[in-house]
Amino acid sequence: MYDNPDGVMIGLEVHVQLNKLKTKVFCGCATDYHNDPPNSHVCPVCLGLPGSLPVINKKAVEAAIKIGLALNCKVEEHTQFYRKNYYYPDLPKGFQITQYDFPISSGGYVMIEGEDGELRVGITRAHMEEDPGRLVHEGTIDKSKYTLIDYNRSGMALIEIVSDPDMRSPKEARRYLDKLRNIIEYLDVFDGNLEGAMRVDANISIMGGQRAEIKNISSHKGAERALLYEIVRQKNVLRRGGVVVQETRHFDEAREITLSMRTKEEAHDYRYFPEPDLVPLKISGWAPAIKETLPELPDARRMRFVEQYGIMDDHAKALTSELKLAIFYEDVAKKAEPKIAAVWICDVLKGELNYRDLNIDSFKKEHMLSVLELLAGKKITEDGAVEIIRTLLDKGGSPEEIIREKGLVIVEGDIVETSALEAIRENQQAVADYRAGKEKALNSLVGAVMKKTKGGADARTVREVLVGKLG
Amino acid sequence: MITSKDLEHIGWLARLELSEKDKEEYAPKLNPVLDYFSELDEVDTEGVEPAYHVLQLSNVFREDEVNTKCSLDQEEALSNAPNKQDGFFKAPRMM
Ligand SMILES: [Zn+2]
Repeated sequence: MYDNPDGVMIGLEVHVQLNKLKTKVFCGCATDYHNDPPNSHVCPVCLGLPGSLPVINKKAVEAAIKIGLALNCKVEEHTQFYRKNYYYPDLPKGFQITQYDFPISSGGYVMIEGEDGELRVGITRAHMEEDPGRLVHEGTIDKSKYTLIDYNRSGMALIEIVSDPDMRSPKEARRYLDKLRNIIEYLDVFDGNLEGAMRVDANISIMGGQRAEIKNISSHKGAERALLYEIVRQKNVLRRGGVVVQETRHFDEAREITLSMRTKEEAHDYRYFPEPDLVPLKISGWAPAIKETLPELPDARRMRFVEQYGIMDDHAKALTSELKLAIFYEDVAKKAEPKIAAVWICDVLKGELNYRDLNIDSFKKEHMLSVLELLAGKKITEDGAVEIIRTLLDKGGSPEEIIREKGLVIVEGDIVETSALEAIRENQQAVADYRAGKEKALNSLVGAVMKKTKGGADARTVREVLVGKLG
Repeated sequence: MITSKDLEHIGWLARLELSEKDKEEYAPKLNPVLDYFSELDEVDTEGVEPAYHVLQLSNVFREDEVNTKCSLDQEEALSNAPNKQDGFFKAPRMM
């Protein structure tokens, strides 16, 4: 049992950008603006020019339903849009089109690995809205005189996923974010690697006090750090006899602290009212057919991997934590021994990729297969296989070339024999020491043989051969 | 009753700076507007389903197809902007 000593309650609001759609949510502007000049993917609708009218993208609604279903939500009978009014340069209309009391889906959950086993995190709602524009400040946000605005992002389809305050530690919050990203990537509705694909606001309270909302979190690691800081800050407030006030705070990523934003806006100041330019949606009838098209989700795939390939649950979990990795494994496992493939992909390849901050795209399936084949045929040692993987990541090439260049082929028995005899002849002092009972002297002889065979011999075999000859 | 304090807050929401003179002038003008809305509150809506839209329509969609007919290039997009820089709209900083 995790007893949550500080009474931490964390709820997260995650904005997922549907960047795999061809067009924005209410206009026909293309979404592939990421490498283009500012204000080059805009039209009267997403610039909020007078007289323009929004029309909703059908695929965006389908994607929203997909996400809702994957998060075990109920798709609502009646759903509609509202105007959230606030005056800020990223909103050209002076309001954001969003949802309010009739969200498209609500009442779901996500299972994560909690502090003490499986934890069910409730999903309050997953609703649709439009993305505001992007603001660029000259210098830092508190020092620049001007704001530069790029509306290419304005009107991109967003899904805001609001969780219940069910997480009890920053670690659980991070795991929830990882899981959420993983599930949504499986649905093929967004590319998590694009800038701004997933943005997080975090609500956190301790000891039943008021909550602080932290904005401007740009990564899962950032969320964990911001929450860790916030727990310490709130504890300090209480220790000094103060009261934690409900407020919005800004996460300063560089300094890893949160700062009060002193906003004067309260919920009722947004003056939500029904969006007159968009008619309500009655689309719950689409849900059963969309449910049929849902892909196998991470948890289901993890269970299938354990059953079908007989691999350890830990490996299955790691392999399904990223869609691309799961596909990579499955393609390799079809042509190699699945258990050994799992060990090499999870325990070696994944580690080497993480160390270099690379993802699975940086390694070819064919290369993994040839490494596994060479190992199975006892053509290379395990150390040799690791060396090949590292070299492929650092310098490229092919496993065959690397083996040739680095002499990684396992040396045949007779060469080990000859090298062992040579080593004994050349290291008489070590031989004498060993015979006098100094076990350690054997190591230098093993080393000498390894040197002669350029590391191509198996160390244990070398040891056995030497002991046999000296015995 | 709209007080001068309410006015200040409303002004802040719209990012307008109001002078004392403005506030004196606007408060008496806004109060009748509120009174007018309170007349609506007197209508008996017991048992009437709330209407969310004036049109009896639902499910109007467009396909996910790029429409370049309506798109504006950068120069057109910025043509009405009083301040611009390097292809961006330029506005005073707001906190
Ligand atoms: Zn547009």
